[in-house]
Parts: sequence; structure tokens; C-alpha cells
Amino acid sequence: MLSTVLLEAANIGNAYGVAALGAGVAAAGGGIGIGLIGSGAVQSIARQPDAIGDIRSNMILAAALVEGAAFFAMVIGLLVIFLK
Amino acid sequence: MTVNQNRKITVNQMLKPIFLTLLFNLFLGISFSFGENEGKKEGEEKFNAGETIMEHVTDNHSWHILGHTSLPLPVIIYSDKGVECFSSSKFEEGRLAVQGNYNYGLIKGHIRVIGADIKIDEAATAKIWDFSITKNVASLFIGITVMLMIFLSVAKSYRKNAGKAPSGLQSWIEPLILFVRDDIAKPSIGEKHYRRFMPYLLTIFFFIWVNNLLGLIPIFPGGVNLTGNIAITLTLAVLTFIITTLNGNKHYWRHIFAMPGVPLWVLPLITLIEIMGVFLKPFVLMIRLFANIMAGHIIILSFISLIFIFGDMAKWIGYSVSPLSVGFSIFMGTLELLVAFLQAYVFTLLSAIYFGAAVEEHHHPPQHHDTEQQAII
Amino acid sequence: MDLVKPEIGLMFWMILSFGIVLFLLTKFAWKPITKALNERDASIQDALDTAKRTKDEMVALKSDNEKLLVQARAERDLMLKEARDTKDAIIAEAKTKAAAEANKMIKTAREAINSEKNAAIAELKNQVAILSVDIAEKILRHELANDDKQKALMTNLMKDVNLN
Repeated sequence: MLSTVLLEAANIGNAYGVAALGAGVAAAGGGIGIGLIGSGAVQSIARQPDAIGDIRSNMILAAALVEGAAFFAMVIGLLVIFLK
Repeated sequence: MTVNQNRKITVNQMLKPIFLTLLFNLFLGISFSFGENEGKKEGEEKFNAGETIMEHVTDNHSWHILGHTSLPLPVIIYSDKGVECFSSSKFEEGRLAVQGNYNYGLIKGHIRVIGADIKIDEAATAKIWDFSITKNVASLFIGITVMLMIFLSVAKSYRKNAGKAPSGLQSWIEPLILFVRDDIAKPSIGEKHYRRFMPYLLTIFFFIWVNNLLGLIPIFPGGVNLTGNIAITLTLAVLTFIITTLNGNKHYWRHIFAMPGVPLWVLPLITLIEIMGVFLKPFVLMIRLFANIMAGHIIILSFISLIFIFGDMAKWIGYSVSPLSVGFSIFMGTLELLVAFLQAYVFTLLSAIYFGAAVEEHHHPPQHHDTEQQAII
Repeated sequence: MDLVKPEIGLMFWMILSFGIVLFLLTKFAWKPITKALNERDASIQDALDTAKRTKDEMVALKSDNEKLLVQARAERDLMLKEARDTKDAIIAEAKTKAAAEANKMIKTAREAINSEKNAAIAELKNQVAILSVDIAEKILRHELANDDKQKALMTNLMKDVNLN
């Protein structure tokens, strides 16, 4: 309610607000995903320190793939903005 | 040969100055290109961050270098009336600029056919095809030139140094080529078939990486957001898709259309999902690369724009924000260096995995009961 | 839609340029480079194989050498034994020869002594005879110094002859 009022007041339009919200949620989702990957990686390193090289490269690879999913939402947001 | 070897500087010695120069250029160049807005008085237009960022990230018909200098690039238009070519310096936004086969004007960065009253003639606009050498195309040529220079010279030094240890540029590039072969191609595709796909994998790996790096350099001839352009990534993803489809063997298609080992009532659903997957995987490749690189550019540009947004409020706020902004930009720039390599690696790795899935041989599951009976007999 | 709509012109140039780059690099860069890398791999593998083979040959050679050495030692011992035997034989032979020589010399000496002895005895016999005659002469002279002793002797002698 409040956000709608604010948005109308600023005359931006609902679409932008929702797009920004979507991007924010996507960032949160990406953050949680990469955080889980990081925590799993750190725990694995604690269990077996001599596999640190393998774990590090796998962690970065998985983080890049998860970020791809998060970027989907960013692209949808962009579509919302540009498809007026 | 020995004279050259005495004059060579080691890689480690070169890294620090290069890195510092890149960083210095990073914030200096970007600041300069925004600098045209600084000396403005009250009443002149405020710094519009969104517009500036979009101008840097999207395509242009002329290449804006520093301040008010722009490099005009040729405009090539193909229509049903023939091919036309002229300089983009004739264009000015929103004005009837060129009267060739049609009346061309630049509306919002796109070339349209317009009437005398700056109204877009939709029917005629649909007939023209814009094949201009835009900023992105010029940067593409530059990136390709860099790639050809590097790799053709490396190939030549292989011919010269036949049988000897690598030296110079060769010793930079060789570990990368071996990395692509041994860590990306061989594990994903397998020993038998990987040689077929090596040229393509090597080319896209270095293409994406070189162009990502070129995009991070803020001044001419770099600084163009090439791989963050959806047309480029679309082409790369389509190429991967075509190569995967052309190389798919019987088992690949069988796994898509009639996955073995699945109960019959769930098979239509699986087939539908698999068919969607065939198109979705290259699409995701495209989106991943495009979004990563574009987002990186936008973030760095946003941090720099913060300085000018605050500067518009009051000069001193702008100055005080600048160290913070520059610090964040340097951090993001370093992250973008990692992302440049990482996105090239991920794209190439996923392409290799798709190729591997396409040419995978059929593995018979081990038949336990047969061997037992034979043992008894 | 600007940002997410692909431009046809850009796609055309991209396909063209990427195709050219792919073709050029495959023909002039990746082929020679992979060939050179494979050759280097093969030569390294070759060198490793040769090294291993040489090592094996060295080991075989060493064992051969050891065998030869053992054989040589046996032969040497045999030769030494033969030499020793020969030495003993020669010494024994020399001894027998010397003994024979000695015997011969002794015999010769003994014969010489014998003949000397005989000669000495003959000489002695002569001397004894001469001495006896001398003594007899002296005795006769002494006995027959006066005429009475000569007449006594003659009467004795005539008695003996008449009795015969």
C-alpha cells in the first residue's frame, strides 16, 4: 500500500517499483545460494584440508552457475523496464 | 636468441605495473569521460546517471572517446533500393539528417526512416537493414585483431622453436591452451572425441576472455561492452547449439525423445522437459554471459556516477564521496577481472559438457546375474 | 527492449567475424600448436621410454658383468692351482735330479777313494817290503856280525835241509 502510494507520488509507475523489487529478491536469492555454496566449501575444507584446490575451483564454478540463475531475474526486470 | 633472452623481463615483474596502470586508467578514464558534466553551472542540465550509463553500455553509431571527441563510424544501410554508406557524423539525434535512398534520422540511437516532420515512417523503416559499423562492431574487429596477433605469433614461434622449451608469449599462452584441453575438453568430452571440438572451444574461450578484458579498459580502444551485448552472446550460444545438434549421436537423441529406464506414463512429461532443455541450455548460456558482463559494467559506472550525482548537490559532497567511490570501483574492477576469466571458463566448460553429452557412447549397465551363472557353470 | 533485443546488423558482423576468426585460427594457430604439443608429448614419452629401456639394459648388463666376473674368478683360481701344481712338480723333479747327481758324485768319489786306497796300500806294501828287507838286513848284519853267529846259522840251515 505504502509503496504504491509512494510510487504514484513519484510518478514512476508501478512497473519500475515491481521490477526493482524483483531485482532485490533475485539478489537475495543469489546471495543465499552462493552463501550456501561457500559454507559447504568451507566445511569441506575443514574436513579435508589437502583437497583445498579442488574444492576452491568447484566452489567458484558453482557460484558462477548460481549467479546465472540470479541474473535471470535481473534480465526479466530489464525487460519490464524496456517493454513499455 | 640469447641476446633476446637476456633482455626479457619476467612475467612477475610485468604484472604489478600492468595491474596498477589498468587500475589507474580505470578510474581516471571513466572520470574523464564523465568530466564534461563537471564545469556546469546552475541552470544547465543535471548529471543524468541513467542516461550516461546506458550510453556506455549500449551500442552507438559513433565511438565517444574523451570529452567532446567522438570517432565517427561508417553507417551502412541495406534496403530494397540498394546499399548506402556514409559517415555517422552526419547524424544528430532527432533530426532529419541524411537524404539518401530514404530520409534517415537517428531516433533514440536507432536509424529510422522519417518524414519531414520527424515522424517515423514505420513501413519504410521495416525495409531498411542497419549493417553499420557501430561501436560494438569496431570493438569486435579490434578484439579479433588482438586475438589473431597473439595466436598467429604463438603458432609461428612454435614452428621456430620446434622441439625446444617454450619462451616468451608462447609460455604465457601454452598453459592456457593446455588448461582448455586437459581441464575443460578432455574430462567433459572424453578421450575419443575431444579433438574435433578443440578449435571451437579454444576460439570461444579466448574470444570471450579477450573481449571481456578489452571491455574493462576504460579508454580507446577498449571500454566497449561487447560481450555484454545480447546479439554477441546470442550468436555464440546459437553456434554452440548448432554444433551440439549436428554432432548428436543416436543415444543423444534417444535420451531426449525417449529416455530409457523411465515408466511409460511419465515419459511424455520427460520428453517435453528434455525438448525444452535442448533450447533452454544455450539460452541460459547466453543470458549468463550477457548479464554478468553488463551488470559488472553497470556497477562500476554506477559507483563512478555516484560522485557526480552527489557533486550536483554540492561540490564538496562530490569530492568527499570520490575516494569511497573510487575504492569501490577498484574493488569491483578487480572482481570484474576475475569474472572476465570465469565467464569465459564457464561458457566454454558448459559448451564442452553439452558436446560431451551429444557424442557420449552408450554404457551398458553391468549384468550381474549373467556372470554368476557363468561362474557356476 | 533496447538492451535485450539483438541487433541484426551486429549479429551479421559477429557471425562473419567470428567465422573468419574461427577459420583462420583453426588453420594457422590451433593446428600447428596442437601438432607441436602432441609432438612434444610424444617425444617426452619417447625419451621416458628410452630412459626406462636404457635403465633395464643397464641392469641386464650389470648382471651379465657380475656373471662374467664370477666366471673370471673361477678361472683365475683354477689357473693358480695349476700353477701351484706345476711348481711342486718342478721342485720334485729338481730334487730327484739333484739326488741322482749327488749319488753319481758319491759313487765317483767312492771309486776314486777306492783306487787311491788301493794305490796307497800297494805303496804301503812296497814300503813294508823295503822296510822288511832293510830290517832283515839289519838284523842279519847284527846276527851275522861275528863268525860264530854265521856258523851257528849255517848248521841250523843244514839240519833242516838234511831232514827234508
